[in-house]
Amino acid sequence: MAEHYRVLPGPEGYLPPAAALRGVLPARPGEALIEGEAVARDAAVRHIAARLAGAAVPTFFPGPQLLWRDTPYALERGRLVREIAREAGAKVIPMPDYRPKYPMIDPAVEINPNHPNLTIWHNQIDVGVFIGVHCHQANLALRIIRGGTACYTVALCAHDGHEDAHVSLRDAGNAVLEELRDAVRAAQKGGS
Amino acid sequence: MSSEALRPVPAPYLLFEARREEQFITGSEAVREAVRRANVDMAIAYPITPQSESMHLVGDLYAEGYLRDYFRGENEFAVMSQVAGAAMAGVRVFTATCGPGTLRAFENFPMWAGTRLPIVMAFMTRGINAPLTIQPDTIEMGMLLDTGILMLHAENAQDLYDMLLGAFSVTERTVVHVPLGVFVDGFFVTHTRQKVRVVAEDVKLEPYNPAESPVPTVDMETPPVRYMRDPFVMKSNYVSYAAHASWQQEILAAAERARPFLREVVGPFVEQENPDAPIQVVASGTAVAQAREAARLAREEGLDVGLVKIKVLRPAPRDELRRALARAERIVIPEFNRSGWLAREVASMIPGNDRIVAGPRVYGGMTMPPEVILDALRGTRVAGV
Repeated sequence: MAEHYRVLPGPEGYLPPAAALRGVLPARPGEALIEGEAVARDAAVRHIAARLAGAAVPTFFPGPQLLWRDTPYALERGRLVREIAREAGAKVIPMPDYRPKYPMIDPAVEINPNHPNLTIWHNQIDVGVFIGVHCHQANLALRIIRGGTACYTVALCAHDGHEDAHVSLRDAGNAVLEELRDAVRAAQKGGS
Repeated sequence: MSSEALRPVPAPYLLFEARREEQFITGSEAVREAVRRANVDMAIAYPITPQSESMHLVGDLYAEGYLRDYFRGENEFAVMSQVAGAAMAGVRVFTATCGPGTLRAFENFPMWAGTRLPIVMAFMTRGINAPLTIQPDTIEMGMLLDTGILMLHAENAQDLYDMLLGAFSVTERTVVHVPLGVFVDGFFVTHTRQKVRVVAEDVKLEPYNPAESPVPTVDMETPPVRYMRDPFVMKSNYVSYAAHASWQQEILAAAERARPFLREVVGPFVEQENPDAPIQVVASGTAVAQAREAARLAREEGLDVGLVKIKVLRPAPRDELRRALARAERIVIPEFNRSGWLAREVASMIPGNDRIVAGPRVYGGMTMPPEVILDALRGTRVAGV
Protein backbone atom coordinates (compact mmCIF):
# COMPACT_ATOMS: atom_id res chain seq x y z
CA MET A 1 0.00 0.00 0.00
CA ALA A 2 1.39 3.41 -0.99
CA GLU A 3 2.14 5.89 1.78
CA HIS A 4 -0.66 8.37 2.42
CA TYR A 5 0.32 11.58 0.68
CA ARG A 6 -0.18 14.98 2.32
CA VAL A 7 -0.11 18.27 0.42
CA LEU A 8 2.16 20.09 2.83
CA PRO A 9 3.98 23.42 2.53
CA GLY A 10 7.27 23.23 0.63
CA PRO A 11 9.87 23.49 -0.51
CA GLU A 12 9.05 19.93 -1.46
CA GLY A 13 11.96 19.30 -3.75
CA TYR A 14 13.18 18.96 -7.31
CA LEU A 15 9.98 17.74 -8.98
CA PRO A 16 6.96 17.45 -6.69
CA PRO A 17 4.31 14.99 -7.84
CA ALA A 18 0.84 15.97 -8.89
CA ALA A 19 -1.23 15.29 -5.80
CA ALA A 20 -3.76 13.32 -7.87
CA LEU A 21 -1.01 10.87 -8.80
CA ARG A 22 -0.56 10.16 -5.08
CA GLY A 23 -4.22 9.52 -4.48
CA VAL A 24 -5.42 13.02 -3.50
CA LEU A 25 -8.52 13.74 -5.59
CA PRO A 26 -10.79 16.81 -5.64
CA ALA A 27 -13.22 17.17 -2.76
CA ARG A 28 -16.82 16.08 -3.16
CA PRO A 29 -19.56 18.73 -3.31
CA GLY A 30 -20.03 20.37 0.07
CA GLU A 31 -16.51 19.51 1.15
CA ALA A 32 -13.07 21.06 0.77
CA LEU A 33 -9.46 19.92 1.05
CA ILE A 34 -6.98 21.02 3.67
CA GLU A 35 -3.51 19.71 2.85
CA GLY A 36 -5.11 16.86 0.91
CA GLU A 37 -7.58 15.84 3.59
CA ALA A 38 -11.33 16.18 3.01
CA VAL A 39 -13.08 18.50 5.49
CA ALA A 40 -16.42 20.30 5.70
CA ARG A 41 -16.45 23.47 3.61
CA ASP A 42 -17.13 25.73 6.61
CA ALA A 43 -14.04 24.40 8.38
CA ALA A 44 -11.94 25.22 5.33
CA VAL A 45 -13.33 28.76 5.17
CA ARG A 46 -12.34 29.33 8.81
CA HIS A 47 -8.94 27.77 8.17
CA ILE A 48 -8.27 30.11 5.23
CA ALA A 49 -9.32 33.11 7.33
CA ALA A 50 -6.98 32.11 10.13
CA ARG A 51 -4.09 31.60 7.69
CA LEU A 52 -4.66 35.00 6.12
CA ALA A 53 -4.91 36.67 9.52
CA GLY A 54 -1.67 35.08 10.67
CA ALA A 55 0.32 35.73 7.51
CA ALA A 56 3.16 38.24 7.22
CA VAL A 57 2.65 38.86 3.49
CA PRO A 58 -0.71 37.47 2.38
CA THR A 59 -1.38 37.95 -1.33
CA PHE A 60 -4.29 37.40 -3.71
CA PHE A 61 -3.56 36.27 -7.27
CA PRO A 62 -6.62 36.99 -9.44
CA GLY A 63 -6.44 35.39 -12.89
CA PRO A 64 -7.91 36.10 -16.34
CA GLN A 65 -11.26 34.53 -15.62
CA LEU A 66 -11.84 37.29 -13.10
CA LEU A 67 -9.77 40.14 -14.51
CA TRP A 68 -11.21 40.11 -18.03
CA ARG A 69 -14.86 39.56 -17.22
CA ASP A 70 -17.26 42.47 -16.93
CA THR A 71 -20.50 40.71 -16.06
CA PRO A 72 -22.30 41.97 -12.93
CA TYR A 73 -21.37 38.69 -11.23
CA ALA A 74 -17.68 39.09 -12.06
CA LEU A 75 -17.64 42.74 -11.01
CA GLU A 76 -19.17 41.77 -7.67
CA ARG A 77 -16.60 38.98 -7.38
CA GLY A 78 -13.80 41.47 -7.96
CA ARG A 79 -15.25 43.82 -5.38
CA LEU A 80 -15.42 40.97 -2.85
CA VAL A 81 -11.79 39.98 -3.50
CA ARG A 82 -10.65 43.56 -2.87
CA GLU A 83 -12.76 43.69 0.27
CA ILE A 84 -11.33 40.44 1.63
CA ALA A 85 -7.81 41.57 0.75
CA ARG A 86 -8.38 44.86 2.57
CA GLU A 87 -9.71 43.04 5.65
CA ALA A 88 -6.70 40.70 5.60
CA GLY A 89 -4.15 43.40 4.85
CA ALA A 90 -3.23 41.44 1.73
CA LYS A 91 -1.57 42.46 -1.52
CA VAL A 92 -3.23 41.85 -4.86
CA ILE A 93 -0.87 40.72 -7.64
CA PRO A 94 -2.76 39.88 -10.84
CA MET A 95 -2.13 37.03 -13.24
CA PRO A 96 -3.63 38.67 -16.33
CA ASP A 97 -2.34 36.23 -18.92
CA TYR A 98 -0.46 32.96 -19.29
CA ARG A 99 1.75 33.98 -22.18
CA PRO A 100 5.38 34.09 -21.10
CA LYS A 101 6.93 37.55 -21.13
CA TYR A 102 10.63 37.53 -21.82
CA PRO A 103 13.24 38.33 -20.82
CA MET A 104 11.47 38.55 -17.49
CA ILE A 105 8.24 39.69 -15.93
CA ASP A 106 8.23 42.28 -13.18
CA PRO A 107 7.26 40.08 -10.22
CA ALA A 108 6.22 43.12 -8.21
CA VAL A 109 3.52 43.89 -10.76
CA GLU A 110 2.18 40.54 -11.95
CA ILE A 111 2.61 36.81 -11.47
CA ASN A 112 3.47 34.59 -14.40
CA PRO A 113 2.10 31.07 -13.90
CA ASN A 114 5.19 29.52 -15.46
CA HIS A 115 7.46 31.37 -13.03
CA PRO A 116 5.31 31.79 -9.92
CA ASN A 117 8.20 31.14 -7.58
CA LEU A 118 9.90 34.36 -8.74
CA THR A 119 6.95 36.41 -7.61
CA ILE A 120 6.72 34.56 -4.31
CA TRP A 121 10.45 34.99 -3.58
CA HIS A 122 10.54 38.63 -4.69
CA ASN A 123 7.67 39.58 -2.43
CA GLN A 124 8.36 37.07 0.35
CA ILE A 125 4.77 35.92 0.14
CA ASP A 126 3.86 33.36 2.79
CA VAL A 127 0.15 32.86 1.95
CA GLY A 128 -1.05 33.02 -1.69
CA VAL A 129 -4.68 32.85 -2.77
CA PHE A 130 -5.56 31.86 -6.35
CA ILE A 131 -8.87 32.97 -7.81
CA GLY A 132 -10.03 33.21 -11.42
CA VAL A 133 -7.07 31.26 -12.77
CA HIS A 134 -7.92 28.58 -15.34
CA CYS A 135 -7.72 25.23 -13.58
CA HIS A 136 -4.92 23.76 -15.68
CA GLN A 137 -2.68 26.80 -15.25
CA ALA A 138 -3.50 27.04 -11.56
CA ASN A 139 -2.41 23.46 -10.95
CA LEU A 140 0.91 24.04 -12.75
CA ALA A 141 1.63 27.13 -10.71
CA LEU A 142 0.53 25.59 -7.41
CA ARG A 143 2.86 22.63 -7.95
CA ILE A 144 5.85 24.79 -8.87
CA ILE A 145 5.23 26.96 -5.81
CA ARG A 146 5.02 23.85 -3.61
CA GLY A 147 8.24 22.52 -5.07
CA GLY A 148 10.41 25.58 -4.58
CA THR A 149 8.92 27.79 -1.88
CA ALA A 150 7.34 27.62 1.55
CA CYS A 151 4.31 29.66 0.45
CA TYR A 152 1.00 28.30 1.76
CA THR A 153 -1.44 28.24 -1.16
CA VAL A 154 -5.21 28.56 -1.24
CA ALA A 155 -7.43 27.90 -4.29
CA LEU A 156 -10.86 29.52 -4.49
CA CYS A 157 -12.27 27.61 -7.47
CA ALA A 158 -15.61 27.98 -9.21
CA HIS A 159 -15.30 24.39 -10.44
CA ASP A 160 -14.09 21.23 -8.67
CA GLY A 161 -11.13 22.68 -6.79
CA HIS A 162 -7.38 22.10 -6.84
CA GLU A 163 -5.86 19.24 -4.93
CA ASP A 164 -2.42 20.76 -5.55
CA ALA A 165 -3.22 23.73 -3.29
CA HIS A 166 -2.78 23.47 0.46
CA VAL A 167 -6.39 24.52 0.87
CA SER A 168 -8.87 23.91 -1.94
CA LEU A 169 -12.40 25.30 -1.93
CA ARG A 170 -14.62 24.01 -4.74
CA ASP A 171 -17.80 25.71 -6.04
CA ALA A 172 -16.49 28.93 -4.48
CA GLY A 173 -19.07 31.35 -5.80
CA ASN A 174 -19.67 34.86 -4.53
CA ALA A 175 -21.76 33.64 -1.59
CA VAL A 176 -18.71 31.67 -0.41
CA LEU A 177 -16.54 34.76 -0.82
CA GLU A 178 -18.94 36.65 1.44
CA GLU A 179 -18.57 33.89 4.03
CA LEU A 180 -14.81 34.15 3.71
CA ARG A 181 -14.92 37.94 4.11
CA ASP A 182 -16.92 37.57 7.33
CA ALA A 183 -14.57 34.87 8.59
CA VAL A 184 -11.51 37.01 7.85
CA ARG A 185 -13.13 39.92 9.66
CA ALA A 186 -13.79 37.69 12.67
CA ALA A 187 -10.28 36.25 12.59
CA GLN A 188 -8.73 39.73 12.51
CA LYS A 189 -10.68 40.55 15.64
CA GLY A 190 -9.33 37.42 17.30
CA GLY A 191 -12.50 35.39 16.82
CA SER A 192 -12.85 32.14 14.95
CA MET B 1 -35.98 15.03 -38.02
CA SER B 2 -32.92 17.15 -37.22
CA SER B 3 -30.94 18.03 -34.13
CA GLU B 4 -33.15 21.08 -33.59
CA ALA B 5 -36.10 18.81 -32.90
CA LEU B 6 -34.35 17.00 -30.07
CA ARG B 7 -34.64 18.17 -26.46
CA PRO B 8 -31.31 18.82 -24.69
CA VAL B 9 -30.97 16.80 -21.49
CA PRO B 10 -28.19 16.21 -18.94
CA ALA B 11 -25.94 13.21 -19.50
CA PRO B 12 -27.29 11.08 -16.61
CA TYR B 13 -30.81 11.36 -18.00
CA LEU B 14 -29.66 10.63 -21.55
CA LEU B 15 -27.65 7.59 -20.51
CA PHE B 16 -29.79 5.99 -17.82
CA GLU B 17 -33.33 7.35 -17.85
CA ALA B 18 -34.25 8.20 -21.43
CA ARG B 19 -36.51 5.73 -23.23
CA ARG B 20 -34.60 3.25 -25.37
CA GLU B 21 -35.59 1.18 -28.36
CA GLU B 22 -33.92 -1.82 -29.95
CA GLN B 23 -32.35 -1.57 -33.38
CA PHE B 24 -30.64 -4.30 -35.41
CA ILE B 25 -27.60 -2.38 -36.61
CA THR B 26 -23.90 -2.64 -37.37
CA GLY B 27 -21.19 -1.19 -35.14
CA SER B 28 -20.68 1.60 -37.66
CA GLU B 29 -24.38 2.42 -37.44
CA ALA B 30 -24.10 2.39 -33.65
CA VAL B 31 -21.48 5.14 -34.03
CA ARG B 32 -23.90 7.14 -36.15
CA GLU B 33 -26.68 6.72 -33.58
CA ALA B 34 -24.42 7.81 -30.71
CA VAL B 35 -23.25 10.91 -32.59
CA ARG B 36 -26.85 11.70 -33.58
CA ARG B 37 -27.79 12.04 -29.90
CA ALA B 38 -24.55 13.57 -28.62
CA ASN B 39 -25.26 17.07 -29.96
CA VAL B 40 -21.93 17.13 -31.80
CA ASP B 41 -21.09 20.43 -33.48
CA MET B 42 -18.61 19.20 -36.03
CA ALA B 43 -17.05 16.07 -37.48
CA ILE B 44 -14.03 15.75 -39.75
CA ALA B 45 -13.24 12.59 -41.69
CA TYR B 46 -10.66 10.84 -43.77
CA PRO B 47 -11.46 7.41 -45.14
CA ILE B 48 -9.61 4.30 -44.05
CA THR B 49 -10.95 0.78 -43.82
CA PRO B 50 -12.67 -0.40 -41.63
CA GLN B 51 -13.47 3.03 -40.23
CA SER B 52 -14.71 4.66 -43.45
CA GLU B 53 -18.27 3.50 -43.09
CA SER B 54 -18.77 5.06 -39.67
CA MET B 55 -17.60 8.52 -40.72
CA HIS B 56 -19.56 8.20 -43.95
CA LEU B 57 -22.66 7.62 -41.83
CA VAL B 58 -21.74 10.57 -39.62
CA GLY B 59 -21.56 12.57 -42.84
CA ASP B 60 -25.13 11.54 -43.54
CA LEU B 61 -26.03 13.10 -40.19
CA TYR B 62 -24.64 16.41 -41.45
CA ALA B 63 -26.91 16.19 -44.50
CA GLU B 64 -29.83 15.49 -42.18
CA GLY B 65 -29.13 18.53 -39.99
CA TYR B 66 -27.58 16.91 -36.92
CA LEU B 67 -24.13 18.51 -37.30
CA ARG B 68 -23.25 22.14 -37.92
CA ASP B 69 -20.21 21.28 -39.99
CA TYR B 70 -18.56 18.26 -41.61
CA PHE B 71 -15.74 17.91 -44.11
CA ARG B 72 -13.06 15.56 -45.36
CA GLY B 73 -9.48 16.36 -44.44
CA GLU B 74 -6.45 15.85 -46.65
CA ASN B 75 -5.20 12.89 -44.64
CA GLU B 76 -5.30 11.59 -41.07
CA PHE B 77 -2.64 13.99 -39.79
CA ALA B 78 -4.61 16.90 -41.20
CA VAL B 79 -7.86 15.60 -39.75
CA MET B 80 -6.46 15.29 -36.24
CA SER B 81 -4.93 18.78 -36.52
CA GLN B 82 -8.24 20.20 -37.75
CA VAL B 83 -10.11 18.43 -34.99
CA ALA B 84 -7.68 19.99 -32.51
CA GLY B 85 -8.36 23.45 -33.91
CA ALA B 86 -12.08 22.96 -33.59
CA ALA B 87 -11.78 21.76 -30.00
CA MET B 88 -9.48 24.66 -29.08
CA ALA B 89 -12.17 27.02 -30.31
CA GLY B 90 -14.73 25.45 -27.99
CA VAL B 91 -16.49 23.13 -30.42
CA ARG B 92 -17.74 19.63 -29.58
CA VAL B 93 -16.04 17.57 -32.25
CA PHE B 94 -15.84 13.93 -33.29
CA THR B 95 -13.76 11.80 -35.63
CA ALA B 96 -12.64 8.23 -36.16
CA THR B 97 -9.74 6.36 -37.71
CA CYS B 98 -7.87 3.09 -37.49
CA GLY B 99 -4.53 1.27 -37.84
CA PRO B 100 -2.22 3.01 -40.33
CA GLY B 101 -4.37 6.14 -40.14
CA THR B 102 -3.87 6.21 -36.39
CA LEU B 103 -0.12 6.07 -36.88
CA ARG B 104 -0.11 8.71 -39.59
CA ALA B 105 -1.90 11.03 -37.17
CA PHE B 106 0.06 9.93 -34.13
CA GLU B 107 1.84 13.17 -33.24
CA ASN B 108 -1.51 14.79 -32.65
CA PHE B 109 -2.69 12.50 -29.86
CA PRO B 110 -0.20 13.62 -27.19
CA MET B 111 -0.71 17.18 -28.46
CA TRP B 112 -4.47 16.81 -27.91
CA ALA B 113 -3.87 15.62 -24.37
CA GLY B 114 -1.24 18.27 -23.71
CA THR B 115 -3.60 21.03 -24.75
CA ARG B 116 -6.42 19.54 -22.68
CA LEU B 117 -8.80 19.02 -25.59
CA PRO B 118 -12.04 17.16 -24.81
CA ILE B 119 -12.16 15.33 -28.14
CA VAL B 120 -14.11 12.09 -28.41
CA MET B 121 -12.83 9.70 -31.03
CA ALA B 122 -13.50 6.17 -32.19
CA PHE B 123 -10.65 3.86 -33.17
CA MET B 124 -11.75 0.85 -35.23
CA THR B 125 -8.58 -1.17 -34.79
CA ARG B 126 -6.71 -2.57 -37.78
CA GLY B 127 -3.37 -4.21 -38.42
CA ILE B 128 -0.33 -2.08 -39.07
CA ASN B 129 1.44 -2.54 -42.42
CA ALA B 130 3.36 -4.31 -43.80
CA PRO B 131 2.37 -6.64 -45.29
CA LEU B 132 -0.92 -5.00 -46.05
CA THR B 133 -3.92 -6.04 -44.07
CA ILE B 134 -7.21 -4.30 -43.62
CA GLN B 135 -8.30 -6.72 -40.93
CA PRO B 136 -8.61 -6.16 -37.16
CA ASP B 137 -5.56 -6.23 -34.91
CA THR B 138 -5.22 -4.17 -31.72
CA ILE B 139 -1.51 -3.41 -31.90
CA GLU B 140 -2.18 0.32 -32.28
CA MET B 141 -3.74 0.33 -28.82
CA GLY B 142 -0.44 -0.63 -27.25
CA MET B 143 1.18 2.32 -29.00
CA LEU B 144 -1.42 4.78 -27.73
CA LEU B 145 -1.29 3.79 -24.07
CA ASP B 146 1.10 6.57 -23.08
CA THR B 147 -0.17 9.46 -25.17
CA GLY B 148 -2.36 10.83 -22.38
CA ILE B 149 -5.71 9.98 -23.95
CA LEU B 150 -8.30 8.05 -21.98
CA MET B 151 -8.94 4.62 -23.52
CA LEU B 152 -12.06 2.48 -23.41
CA HIS B 153 -12.35 -0.86 -25.25
CA ALA B 154 -15.76 -1.99 -26.47
CA GLU B 155 -16.63 -5.68 -26.71
CA ASN B 156 -19.63 -5.22 -28.99
CA ALA B 157 -21.84 -2.65 -30.70
CA GLN B 158 -23.80 -1.97 -27.51
CA ASP B 159 -20.61 -1.15 -25.61
CA LEU B 160 -19.50 1.01 -28.52
CA TYR B 161 -22.75 2.98 -28.53
CA ASP B 162 -22.88 3.45 -24.75
CA MET B 163 -19.20 4.34 -24.41
CA LEU B 164 -19.32 6.92 -27.21
CA LEU B 165 -22.50 8.52 -25.92
CA GLY B 166 -21.15 8.66 -22.37
CA ALA B 167 -17.67 9.83 -23.36
CA PHE B 168 -18.56 13.49 -23.84
CA SER B 169 -19.79 13.97 -20.29
CA VAL B 170 -16.48 12.59 -18.97
CA THR B 171 -14.06 14.45 -21.21
CA GLU B 172 -15.85 17.76 -20.85
CA ARG B 173 -15.59 17.85 -17.06
CA THR B 174 -13.30 20.73 -16.10
CA VAL B 175 -11.03 18.52 -14.03
CA VAL B 176 -10.69 15.97 -16.84
CA HIS B 177 -10.72 17.73 -20.23
CA VAL B 178 -8.42 15.33 -22.04
CA PRO B 179 -9.31 13.31 -25.15
CA LEU B 180 -11.14 10.03 -24.88
CA GLY B 181 -10.75 7.23 -27.40
CA VAL B 182 -13.31 4.46 -27.67
CA PHE B 183 -11.66 1.45 -29.28
CA VAL B 184 -13.44 -1.34 -31.05
CA ASP B 185 -12.10 -4.26 -33.03
CA GLY B 186 -12.60 -3.40 -36.70
CA PHE B 187 -14.90 -5.52 -38.86
CA PHE B 188 -15.70 -7.95 -36.01
CA VAL B 189 -17.91 -5.23 -34.56
CA THR B 190 -18.07 -2.44 -37.13
CA HIS B 191 -19.38 -4.62 -39.94
CA THR B 192 -21.56 -7.11 -38.13
CA ARG B 193 -25.16 -6.49 -37.18
CA GLN B 194 -26.34 -6.83 -33.60
CA LYS B 195 -29.28 -5.80 -31.50
CA VAL B 196 -28.42 -2.47 -29.87
CA ARG B 197 -30.62 -0.58 -27.43
CA VAL B 198 -30.40 3.08 -28.44
CA VAL B 199 -31.96 6.16 -26.88
CA ALA B 200 -35.27 6.99 -28.55
CA GLU B 201 -34.83 9.89 -30.90
CA ASP B 202 -36.40 12.71 -28.92
CA VAL B 203 -33.52 13.88 -26.72
CA LYS B 204 -29.88 14.91 -27.15
CA LEU B 205 -26.98 15.77 -24.87
CA GLU B 206 -26.81 19.31 -23.52
CA PRO B 207 -24.33 21.47 -25.47
CA TYR B 208 -20.70 21.83 -24.52
CA ASN B 209 -19.85 24.96 -22.55
CA PRO B 210 -16.32 26.13 -23.43
CA ALA B 211 -16.33 28.47 -20.42
CA GLU B 212 -15.87 25.34 -18.30
CA SER B 213 -12.54 24.60 -19.96
CA PRO B 214 -9.47 24.45 -17.69
CA VAL B 215 -7.49 26.35 -20.34
CA PRO B 216 -8.47 29.47 -22.31
CA THR B 217 -10.56 28.90 -25.38
CA VAL B 218 -9.20 30.31 -28.63
CA ASP B 219 -11.38 33.35 -29.02
CA MET B 220 -11.01 36.46 -31.17
CA GLU B 221 -13.84 38.31 -29.49
CA THR B 222 -13.33 37.93 -25.76
CA PRO B 223 -10.27 39.50 -24.13
CA PRO B 224 -7.51 38.57 -23.73
CA VAL B 225 -7.87 37.79 -27.43
CA ARG B 226 -6.28 34.52 -28.48
CA TYR B 227 -5.74 33.31 -32.01
CA MET B 228 -3.82 30.35 -30.63
CA ARG B 229 -3.22 28.69 -27.29
CA ASP B 230 -0.79 30.39 -24.95
CA PRO B 231 2.67 29.65 -26.25
CA PHE B 232 4.45 27.80 -23.56
CA VAL B 233 7.97 27.79 -22.24
CA MET B 234 10.52 28.07 -25.00
CA LYS B 235 13.60 28.96 -23.02
CA SER B 236 16.35 26.79 -21.73
CA ASN B 237 16.31 27.21 -18.02
CA TYR B 238 15.38 25.16 -15.01
CA VAL B 239 11.95 26.63 -14.44
CA SER B 240 10.95 26.19 -18.09
CA TYR B 241 11.66 22.50 -17.84
CA ALA B 242 10.02 22.30 -14.43
CA ALA B 243 6.92 23.89 -15.87
CA HIS B 244 6.91 21.43 -18.75
CA ALA B 245 7.30 18.50 -16.38
CA SER B 246 4.51 19.86 -14.21
CA TRP B 247 2.36 20.22 -17.33
CA GLN B 248 2.91 16.56 -18.20
CA GLN B 249 1.96 15.61 -14.67
CA GLU B 250 -1.25 17.55 -15.13
CA ILE B 251 -2.30 15.28 -18.00
CA LEU B 252 -1.72 12.20 -15.86
CA ALA B 253 -3.55 13.87 -12.98
CA ALA B 254 -6.52 14.56 -15.25
CA ALA B 255 -6.76 10.84 -16.01
CA GLU B 256 -6.79 10.09 -12.28
CA ARG B 257 -9.52 12.65 -11.74
CA ALA B 258 -11.53 11.02 -14.55
CA ARG B 259 -12.00 7.81 -12.56
CA PRO B 260 -15.22 8.69 -10.71
CA PHE B 261 -16.81 10.20 -13.81
CA LEU B 262 -15.93 7.16 -15.90
CA ARG B 263 -17.45 4.89 -13.27
CA GLU B 264 -20.68 6.88 -13.47
CA VAL B 265 -20.82 6.32 -17.22
CA VAL B 266 -19.41 2.82 -17.88
CA GLY B 267 -19.68 1.26 -14.42
CA PRO B 268 -16.78 -0.76 -13.03
CA PHE B 269 -13.56 -0.62 -15.06
CA VAL B 270 -13.49 -4.42 -15.08
CA GLU B 271 -16.33 -6.93 -14.94
CA GLN B 272 -15.77 -10.41 -13.60
CA GLU B 273 -17.62 -13.67 -14.10
CA ASN B 274 -16.98 -16.57 -11.68
CA PRO B 275 -14.53 -14.61 -9.47
CA ASP B 276 -13.62 -17.54 -7.21
CA ALA B 277 -12.26 -19.71 -10.04
CA PRO B 278 -8.53 -20.54 -9.80
CA ILE B 279 -8.05 -19.97 -13.54
CA GLN B 280 -8.99 -16.52 -14.83
CA VAL B 281 -9.04 -15.25 -18.41
CA VAL B 282 -8.31 -11.53 -18.74
CA ALA B 283 -9.34 -9.88 -22.01
CA SER B 284 -10.64 -6.73 -23.63
CA GLY B 285 -12.58 -6.06 -26.81
CA THR B 286 -13.91 -8.97 -28.84
CA ALA B 287 -11.37 -11.26 -27.17
CA VAL B 288 -13.80 -11.09 -24.25
CA ALA B 289 -16.57 -12.71 -26.28
CA GLN B 290 -14.24 -15.48 -27.45
CA ALA B 291 -12.90 -15.93 -23.92
CA ARG B 292 -16.43 -16.18 -22.53
CA GLU B 293 -17.20 -19.05 -24.89
CA ALA B 294 -13.85 -20.70 -24.12
CA ALA B 295 -14.60 -20.49 -20.40
CA ARG B 296 -17.97 -22.13 -21.01
CA LEU B 297 -16.32 -24.96 -22.95
CA ALA B 298 -13.71 -25.34 -20.20
CA ARG B 299 -16.37 -25.61 -17.53
CA GLU B 300 -18.01 -28.38 -19.55
CA GLU B 301 -14.70 -30.25 -19.24
CA GLY B 302 -14.62 -29.69 -15.50
CA LEU B 303 -12.14 -26.80 -15.44
CA ASP B 304 -13.13 -23.99 -13.10
CA VAL B 305 -12.55 -20.83 -15.17
CA GLY B 306 -13.49 -17.21 -14.55
CA LEU B 307 -13.43 -14.20 -16.85
CA VAL B 308 -12.23 -10.63 -16.33
CA LYS B 309 -13.43 -8.16 -18.94
CA ILE B 310 -11.40 -4.93 -19.04
CA LYS B 311 -13.45 -1.97 -20.24
CA VAL B 312 -11.19 0.91 -19.22
CA LEU B 313 -7.47 0.80 -20.06
CA ARG B 314 -6.61 4.43 -19.25
CA PRO B 315 -6.75 5.35 -16.48
CA ALA B 316 -5.23 2.00 -15.67
CA PRO B 317 -7.59 -0.34 -13.78
CA ARG B 318 -4.86 -1.12 -11.26
CA ASP B 319 -6.84 -1.64 -8.07
CA GLU B 320 -9.69 -3.38 -9.87
CA LEU B 321 -7.34 -5.93 -11.45
CA ARG B 322 -5.51 -6.58 -8.20
CA ARG B 323 -8.79 -7.33 -6.48
CA ALA B 324 -10.15 -9.44 -9.34
CA LEU B 325 -6.98 -11.53 -9.64
CA ALA B 326 -5.98 -11.74 -5.98
CA ARG B 327 -6.81 -15.44 -5.68
CA ALA B 328 -6.14 -16.56 -9.24
CA GLU B 329 -3.59 -19.34 -9.66
CA ARG B 330 -3.30 -19.01 -13.44
CA ILE B 331 -4.15 -16.00 -15.60
CA VAL B 332 -4.62 -16.50 -19.34
CA ILE B 333 -4.55 -13.36 -21.50
CA PRO B 334 -5.74 -13.79 -25.12
CA GLU B 335 -5.07 -10.88 -27.46
CA PHE B 336 -5.62 -9.81 -31.04
CA ASN B 337 -2.05 -8.54 -31.57
CA ARG B 338 1.48 -9.91 -31.63
CA SER B 339 3.01 -7.54 -29.09
CA GLY B 340 1.07 -8.73 -26.07
CA TRP B 341 0.56 -5.24 -24.70
CA LEU B 342 -2.37 -6.30 -22.52
CA ALA B 343 -0.32 -9.04 -20.86
CA ARG B 344 2.42 -6.47 -20.17
CA GLU B 345 -0.14 -4.07 -18.76
CA VAL B 346 -1.63 -6.68 -16.45
CA ALA B 347 1.85 -7.79 -15.37
CA SER B 348 2.71 -4.22 -14.45
CA MET B 349 -0.32 -3.93 -12.20
CA ILE B 350 -0.52 -7.15 -10.20
CA PRO B 351 1.84 -9.09 -7.97
CA GLY B 352 2.77 -12.68 -8.78
CA ASN B 353 3.47 -12.34 -12.48
CA ASP B 354 4.54 -15.95 -12.81
CA ARG B 355 0.81 -16.73 -12.79
CA ILE B 356 0.39 -15.08 -16.17
CA VAL B 357 0.12 -17.05 -19.41
CA ALA B 358 0.82 -14.32 -21.99
CA GLY B 359 -1.36 -15.60 -24.78
CA PRO B 360 -2.85 -16.97 -26.94
CA ARG B 361 -2.35 -14.26 -29.53
CA VAL B 362 -3.59 -14.00 -33.09
CA TYR B 363 -2.87 -11.08 -35.39
CA GLY B 364 -3.00 -9.70 -38.89
CA GLY B 365 -6.75 -10.12 -38.97
CA MET B 366 -6.94 -13.78 -37.97
CA THR B 367 -9.94 -14.82 -35.95
CA MET B 368 -9.45 -16.40 -32.53
CA PRO B 369 -11.57 -19.55 -32.21
CA PRO B 370 -12.54 -20.27 -28.59
CA GLU B 371 -10.76 -23.61 -28.90
CA VAL B 372 -7.42 -21.76 -29.14
CA ILE B 373 -8.11 -20.12 -25.78
CA LEU B 374 -9.34 -23.47 -24.46
CA ASP B 375 -5.94 -24.98 -25.26
CA ALA B 376 -4.30 -22.33 -23.10
CA LEU B 377 -6.80 -22.92 -20.30
CA ARG B 378 -5.98 -26.62 -20.37
CA GLY B 379 -2.30 -25.73 -20.31
CA THR B 380 -1.63 -27.75 -23.43
CA ARG B 381 -0.73 -25.08 -26.00
CA VAL B 382 -0.45 -21.32 -26.29
CA ALA B 383 -0.91 -20.06 -29.83
CA GLY B 384 0.78 -17.24 -31.60
CA VAL B 385 3.19 -15.95 -28.98
